[in-house]
Amino acid sequence: MIHSLFLVNSSGDIFLEKHWKSVVSRSVCDYFFEAQERASEPENVPPVIPTPHHYLISVLRHRIYFVAVIQSEVPPLFVIEFLHRVVDTFQDYFGLCTEAAIKDNVVVVYELLEEMLDNGFPLATESNILKELIKPPTILRTVVNTITGSTNVGEQLPTGQLSVVPWRRTGVKYTNNEAYFDVVEEIDAIIDKSGSTITAEIQGVIDACVKLTGMPDLTLSFMNPRLLDDVSFHPCVRFKRWEAERILSFIPPDGNFRLLSYHVSSQNLVAIPVYVKHNITFREGSSQGRFELTLGPKQTMGKAVESVLVSSQLPRGVLNANLNASQGTYTFDPVTKLLTWDVGKINPQKLPSLKGSMSLQAGASKPDENPTIIIQFKIQQMAISGLKVNRLDMYGEKYKPFKGIKYMTKAGKFQTGMQRPHVSCVKA
Amino acid sequence: MSSGSGFGDEKGGSSSVGEPEYGHDPASGGIFSSDYKRHDDLKEMLDSNKDSLKLEAMKRIVAMIARGKNASDLFPAVVKNVACKNIEVKKLVYVYLVRYAEEQQDLALLSISTFQRGLKDPNQLIRASALRVLSSIRVTIIVPIMMLAIKEAASDMSPYVRKTAAHAIPKLYSLDPEQKDQLIEVIEKLLADKTTLVAGSVVMAFEEVCPERIDLIHKNYRKLCNLLIDVEEWGQVVIINMLTRYARTQFLNPNVNVKSDLIKSNPLGEKAFYGSDDEEGKEEKAEAAALAKRKPYVMDPDHRLLLRNTKPLLQSRNAAVVMAVAQLYFHLAPKAEVGVIAKALVRLMRSHSEVQYVVLQNVATMTIKRRGMFEPYLKSFYIRSTDPTQIKILKLEVLTNLANETNISTILREFQTYIKSMDKDFVAATIQAIGRCATNIGEVRDTCLNGLVQLLSNRDELVVAESVVVIKKLLQMQPEQHSDIIKHMAKLTDNIQVPMARASILWLIGEYCEHVPKIAPDVLRKMAKTFTNEEDIVKLQIINLAAKLYLTNSKQTKLLTQYVLNLAKYDQNYDIRDRARFIRQLIVPTDKSGALSKYAKKLFLALKPAPVLESPFKDRDHFQLGSLSHLLNAKAGGYQELPDWPETAPDPSVRNVEVPEWTKCSSREKRKEKKVEKPFYSDSEEESGPTESADSESDSASGSGSGSESEESGSGSESEESREESESEQEDKEDEEDKRKKKKKTDRGKVKAPAVESPERFFFIFSRFRFLILEVQRLASDSCSLRTSCRRWHKKTIAPSGSVKTYELLHRITGEGLGVEYCFSRQPFSPDAHMVAVQIMFTNNTNAETKNLHVEDPKLQSGMRIKEFPEIELLPPGEMVTVVMGIDFCDSTQAANFQLCTHIRKFFVSIQPPVGELMMPVFMTENEFKKEQGQLMGMNEISEKLTLGEKCQNEHGIVQRVTSAANVSRSSCSSSLKSNLQVCRKDGVQWDFSVGYCDGDWHNAGEGYSTGPNPVAP
Repeated sequence: MIHSLFLVNSSGDIFLEKHWKSVVSRSVCDYFFEAQERASEPENVPPVIPTPHHYLISVLRHRIYFVAVIQSEVPPLFVIEFLHRVVDTFQDYFGLCTEAAIKDNVVVVYELLEEMLDNGFPLATESNILKELIKPPTILRTVVNTITGSTNVGEQLPTGQLSVVPWRRTGVKYTNNEAYFDVVEEIDAIIDKSGSTITAEIQGVIDACVKLTGMPDLTLSFMNPRLLDDVSFHPCVRFKRWEAERILSFIPPDGNFRLLSYHVSSQNLVAIPVYVKHNITFREGSSQGRFELTLGPKQTMGKAVESVLVSSQLPRGVLNANLNASQGTYTFDPVTKLLTWDVGKINPQKLPSLKGSMSLQAGASKPDENPTIIIQFKIQQMAISGLKVNRLDMYGEKYKPFKGIKYMTKAGKFQTGMQRPHVSCVKA
Repeated sequence: MSSGSGFGDEKGGSSSVGEPEYGHDPASGGIFSSDYKRHDDLKEMLDSNKDSLKLEAMKRIVAMIARGKNASDLFPAVVKNVACKNIEVKKLVYVYLVRYAEEQQDLALLSISTFQRGLKDPNQLIRASALRVLSSIRVTIIVPIMMLAIKEAASDMSPYVRKTAAHAIPKLYSLDPEQKDQLIEVIEKLLADKTTLVAGSVVMAFEEVCPERIDLIHKNYRKLCNLLIDVEEWGQVVIINMLTRYARTQFLNPNVNVKSDLIKSNPLGEKAFYGSDDEEGKEEKAEAAALAKRKPYVMDPDHRLLLRNTKPLLQSRNAAVVMAVAQLYFHLAPKAEVGVIAKALVRLMRSHSEVQYVVLQNVATMTIKRRGMFEPYLKSFYIRSTDPTQIKILKLEVLTNLANETNISTILREFQTYIKSMDKDFVAATIQAIGRCATNIGEVRDTCLNGLVQLLSNRDELVVAESVVVIKKLLQMQPEQHSDIIKHMAKLTDNIQVPMARASILWLIGEYCEHVPKIAPDVLRKMAKTFTNEEDIVKLQIINLAAKLYLTNSKQTKLLTQYVLNLAKYDQNYDIRDRARFIRQLIVPTDKSGALSKYAKKLFLALKPAPVLESPFKDRDHFQLGSLSHLLNAKAGGYQELPDWPETAPDPSVRNVEVPEWTKCSSREKRKEKKVEKPFYSDSEEESGPTESADSESDSASGSGSGSESEESGSGSESEESREESESEQEDKEDEEDKRKKKKKTDRGKVKAPAVESPERFFFIFSRFRFLILEVQRLASDSCSLRTSCRRWHKKTIAPSGSVKTYELLHRITGEGLGVEYCFSRQPFSPDAHMVAVQIMFTNNTNAETKNLHVEDPKLQSGMRIKEFPEIELLPPGEMVTVVMGIDFCDSTQAANFQLCTHIRKFFVSIQPPVGELMMPVFMTENEFKKEQGQLMGMNEISEKLTLGEKCQNEHGIVQRVTSAANVSRSSCSSSLKSNLQVCRKDGVQWDFSVGYCDGDWHNAGEGYSTGPNPVAP
């Protein structure tokens, strides 16, 4: 299936290669570089590139291209999903998945890749199994290893691979038994300039950090499971139980994992927690333009909107922007024409605003007045869909674990500002 | 500390200080330190006897390999360490070996013996890893060794080793394709494996080695369907894709009856433009005829099984699994059911952009065939300014496919905003999309056209150019109504520079010059002026325009045409020169001009059909969705065509596995429960045909589904059990069904001992100490928990078999009128599984009532226990009462002594268990049974001689004699045991097979055999 893997950094150097079958010359990546050159943006490189003898399937994460070489028919998503899993594993092991981190840990990376694929077919991709085989490097261990010459390869054999719950390693022990669940919801929305919602959806995930001794069996129930329209589970969740009772019943993996991702039914009206009023005007013939932007909270159920960041791609004709922010700081990049405004927390009493003038290229025609505005924000202690966890129970072990649940709402792909033409003007 | 190690330390210290100088920094590498010297250092480290040095060296070597540097000259030094004790060194050596063995074949052979030794290791994980590395070494000379190792590993006890064997198969195949036949045998064997661990890997091997051998799947089809949910994610993808192909060859098209509807309701209205009515009529007639011939469609239960068992996987977190299920539904499900996949696919759109890219490609193909299912999710395909261009364009494609009369106005409104985007490629694609909407939906054609014409005054030239091209296509549909647009466009030639747009305008004017008689010659005049500076594509259109005008309006344009043709004659491009020469010959009448010039007008001004603006994804679905070939729209190497549905269904009975050779043990608790609820199956059930049984199977599955779920939910204590349990409902059903049959068998056995006609395999073994019930079942990894649970299961289900022998406990005379008899009921004793159930029958032969019957003062050997029966308060005269008590004889034949008390008297009694009455139910496979049988010799063996009279020379007679002598009843079993029986008969009279089960603390001997014609064995 997967023949070889090449890691390519943003400047186009291959800095790691691994082959699972016969060696494929790295010159095969030339086809990839060609496609990279043709693409205007890094993310526009086609994920699948056919070459005379091979197919290249690549993903771009953390500004590194992971290029897999395929020789024959294989579902492309299979490879893509696997590559993402590789990146996730690296991230899990090294904290960051950067070129430097990979180069520093090249032996661990190699050992991991060796275990994850056998002859190009995924073998062990569960992080719990991998961690049993190869211990993640920590500063302490690195120091100890250099002194004692011991290894970071697990001494014991990977019994997890044989278990019926392959996602959980055996013999887990903690002095503090804790289980934390983060309910994180993201709002994806496209909002018209006039403030009406074109489309809005809520996507949520429940990320868990479970550190429990032994083989606990957990059940998690919701106050309002009906909200969940579409769900996907970690393999540990018992599907039948969910189908019948809408209860999540599972033996958790050890450590961090994503228990559930869900989609809130689009029939429900999505509360939009912030609004934007903006007015950008350019006068024909003048080299000046006015810029005004005000943010305000809306339907936040009394919770504060934090970490607000506004960014907008201003028209090409704009040379510079001379603005005044009532709070936070703004930057304007005259090359990319990207305006970003780090607002911080929205104070409902004193709404943040950004006002000022823009200078235009002389002689340029009047630019478009409705650039897209992208907003990021966070609201703590609230799941915007109203989803609430009812209770968490543990079976199978005697001790009493500490349980914690946190809610958060974030902006996903939240964009506004574009003006939608009125229906009638289409019909006209 | 010895001096030697001190030296080593010193060296280690110095080398680690000098570490950066080893030159694995690419910059300092090649130039300053010679390769030779650098590798010398590494060699020295590898030769040292300190693991830490070796490890350091190996780490550097691996780092070199990772950077793509050549480290092959270190091979001899590295390969020496293949047997190193340090695990990490060993692993890194493996990495090295696998990388360079191909280049250094001879030296690589040195390592083989290490792996061969590893293959024999008692630890399964070491065996597996040895096989893994051995099979990864691409050296042709070891092919026979590999073959042997794979074959051996394929029958290894550990499923993990078998999984590794499955992985090794494609490796060997790619090394030496000649081994195919032998490998297929191994695949066939592994396909029959029942563990989830192996299933995915072996199907992957199947797909790589022999995807055409679909016949190997038949027998394993149902098992694969049932195991699917518990297979690891990657295996699921492979299995689902393979089963899709399989189903296409084995089942009938579930949509045969709706196909004609589909065509009729085809909403694109394409027919009006480019399908002649006759054709359509014919098609429909043919369809109708075909329909008439067909019987009403009934879905094969196996087809249903596949659909049902894959559906939950739409909830997988793995995008590849979701896509695999989606394509399975798209290709196999009835039209009404395909809709379920839409939601899951839309969910994937939230994922990484590469995933989105692939999913959108597939959604685009799906929306052409089945638009309805994505319509509710229209807004999910709205484009965000942050999407990469390739995603935007795909979303646009989907939106265009989804457009219909009802949603077109919202879609067009979206499109209008997209036109303002700064991403020009995307804007161009949007304009084309508008054009496609206009051609597909007649109602909005004018609106679109107006909108596009407005775009002609856009500031951006690219927008204008693209609009021109699209307008040209739209105008071709109804040119006569739009002469003003053509005029408008003619004016654009002054400004617009994009060649394609200019060419389009010129073509339009030429084509419809009769609608713009005044403007056309003027345009030609302008063009003639700029001819030499135009792009080739424009020049060709200028020549075309000239020719057309010459033919329609030669008075005004004769000179201009001549001029243009003369310019073209000396053009640099030979295409243009050729075209000019050709046109001149055709239109300008000369004496030499041929017959064709008469037809020039017809040639140039023929009515041209309007272009079809259709999706590039049309007809892509002849590739299996989700495949690489589909994505590229070209057949990739190794792609297996998705076969067409068969006209008539192949024999479904090929999938029948006559006797499920295993039962699944993980869901024992539940099964116990269900078992009680279920009524017995009727007799006819057993003989029912294959389809029917499959049918009932699925029925019962759906019927009791909810029951089992609530059962599971009720008990949180089931935690030790895996997911497997709850999800393999179907499987349970199968097992259960044959359990029921078995149970029935047992019951029947009571009445007439030898049930010869039985096709079931079922052993009863009466041991010296315990009752062994042998069932053919699935191998369980955890035999201990299995056993206990099976015991529990059997509490209610095993009926006494054979004739029960009664013993006297208290004669009615010594008992002063109270007669007591007992027998070993061969029932599990429910309060305590270790106890043997003793059934005690009291008969009151006196005239007075006997009261307060109970047990007192038991005198037992150490370890033995007794569970008294509940006190009988009253036994009226002449009446009889039966109670059950449990005695744990502790596997000995010591008697249990106790007092039996009434309200007036006490009697000393004792129960001594006869041989063969101490028993407990145990499940084991036939193989296990044979194995245990083999271990029972000597002390555990009980031999008995039977003399057969003349009259019982037939098998039946012998059987009866033996059953009564051995105190067993009979059932049938596999052919091997049967043959055993025959051998014995030839011997004459002696029966001495020893049978038993060894559990560490007890050994049993007894006799087990089978009889009867066995329909299973071929």
